[in-house]
Amino acid sequence: MIRDIVCTFCGNACDDIEFEGDYGRNLCPIGEAKFAKKERIKAPMVDGKEVSYEEAIERAAEILKEAKRPLLFGWSSTVNEAIRLGVLLAEKVGGIYDQCSSVCHAPTTLAMIEEGIVGGTLGQAKNRADVVVFWGCNPVEAHPRHPTRYSVMAKGFLTRSRAERRVVVVDVRKTPTAYLATDFYMVEPGSDFMVFTALRSIVNGHEEAVPEEVGGLTKNELKSLAEILLKARYGLIFFGLGVTHSRGHERNVEAVIKLVQDLNRKTRFILQPMRGHFNVVGSGEVAAWEAGFEYAIDFSRGYARFSPGEFTAVEALIRGDCDAAMIVASDPAAHFPKKAVESLKEIPVIQIDPHPNLTTKLADVVIPTAIVGIEAEGTIYRMDGVPLRVKKIRESDYPSDVEILEKILEKVIS
Amino acid sequence: MIEVVVITGRTTDQGMTIDEKLSEAYMKAVSFCEMNEKDMEKLGVKDGDRVLVKSELGEVVLYVRKPEMDLQPPEGLIFIPMGPYANRVVGALNGSGTPQYKGIKATVEKTDREVVPVQEILNF
Repeated sequence: MIRDIVCTFCGNACDDIEFEGDYGRNLCPIGEAKFAKKERIKAPMVDGKEVSYEEAIERAAEILKEAKRPLLFGWSSTVNEAIRLGVLLAEKVGGIYDQCSSVCHAPTTLAMIEEGIVGGTLGQAKNRADVVVFWGCNPVEAHPRHPTRYSVMAKGFLTRSRAERRVVVVDVRKTPTAYLATDFYMVEPGSDFMVFTALRSIVNGHEEAVPEEVGGLTKNELKSLAEILLKARYGLIFFGLGVTHSRGHERNVEAVIKLVQDLNRKTRFILQPMRGHFNVVGSGEVAAWEAGFEYAIDFSRGYARFSPGEFTAVEALIRGDCDAAMIVASDPAAHFPKKAVESLKEIPVIQIDPHPNLTTKLADVVIPTAIVGIEAEGTIYRMDGVPLRVKKIRESDYPSDVEILEKILEKVIS
Repeated sequence: MIEVVVITGRTTDQGMTIDEKLSEAYMKAVSFCEMNEKDMEKLGVKDGDRVLVKSELGEVVLYVRKPEMDLQPPEGLIFIPMGPYANRVVGALNGSGTPQYKGIKATVEKTDREVVPVQEILNF
């Protein structure tokens, strides 16, 4: 029996998984699928032909050295040790380092640069929060064990059960998460900024400034929501891509940060983004300690420059700024807008990943690796920034991301 | 034809099949849209029929799925699971670096065109 395994799927990074042979305990349906055996990339490939690891690494290094400004993208599903090498590699080849956040929670990073954040850990959610708000997120489907481990039903020291928690869900549609809510508010798409601002007005005692209807909520509904927030002994707002992917982007996040600041004048409140992949936080944190910025970092002048909208992968690709790409632990061909994928199809692409996916179909060099947290160990950051050590629980013939990146880096430097 | 706003997001099935993107299970998980029953009536479509979704960014043929229980989106809003099908019609750029994957205006009409298999989704 192997205990205390960290699940390497979502930002929950549940660290109580147990395995006895192939039988796993404490997994959600997505975690079960993560640990199940499935099709792998069989061997390294160059231009569709199977080659040795040495040849694939050689070709990858060549592409990176020849490129004027390669894009090094992905990183959210690998370990910090690999991410560190990725940032170094981006610097050495004068490329762009960008990571999955740029199509996800990057607006949160931007808003935090502007405003800071009143943050905490999931432990505080579990042990203290008596009002839990899920805004524009659907943990029942995206972070399935979040409600039982950390938020809705968790048995905390001070807040001991679901009965002691008020659970608010705010969304543009009724999601399965809404079934967990004591209070559900349906807002219009793209109205988050207005609704946060209206709530701030009420919280700050300027109710008269609020019109009769804002973002699909009546003034009375807004007042009732504000009252729930103000009555919290210890409140917590979890927010998701409903806030960052809608018009307003980082301005929406700034508005909810300010709402939480305002609430802290009356009671205690914290804010937590629902980060997607198990180490998407690491792909920002590691870059920040190595280069000073979390994403959209260009090294083409020999030093790090940060410019979202310019060095973010989607824009850089669409403008045709990148003449090669290395994709590590990610699948931009599936998750980027069509125009960016079109650009990706035009340039040499190196893929480092355990599983075949849509990026494999357009990659010129494919290097299969061990699955992080199952066949390879390392350090990751949970969604709240708590570092965890992920384990190797199965033997495999595949090398780890770290081993591959070390070899590519060596070849690029030499 | 009706006018709608498109939102995208994760689903359990999308999460469970994400490491098997070239499989039929993944295609099944991401090549549909959910809409309100009244919108389905307006279009004359039922669960499993196909619709053409068009936005300024492109177009895609999807299966229509009637949402489970009372989880239907409000009228005028359709939900597509995040992935290569949704990304044919969402992802507007607003300058912040993060594409707008939610809140995209589009039209929906009934179609006889086939849904492109996931193996061929990059052939554009």
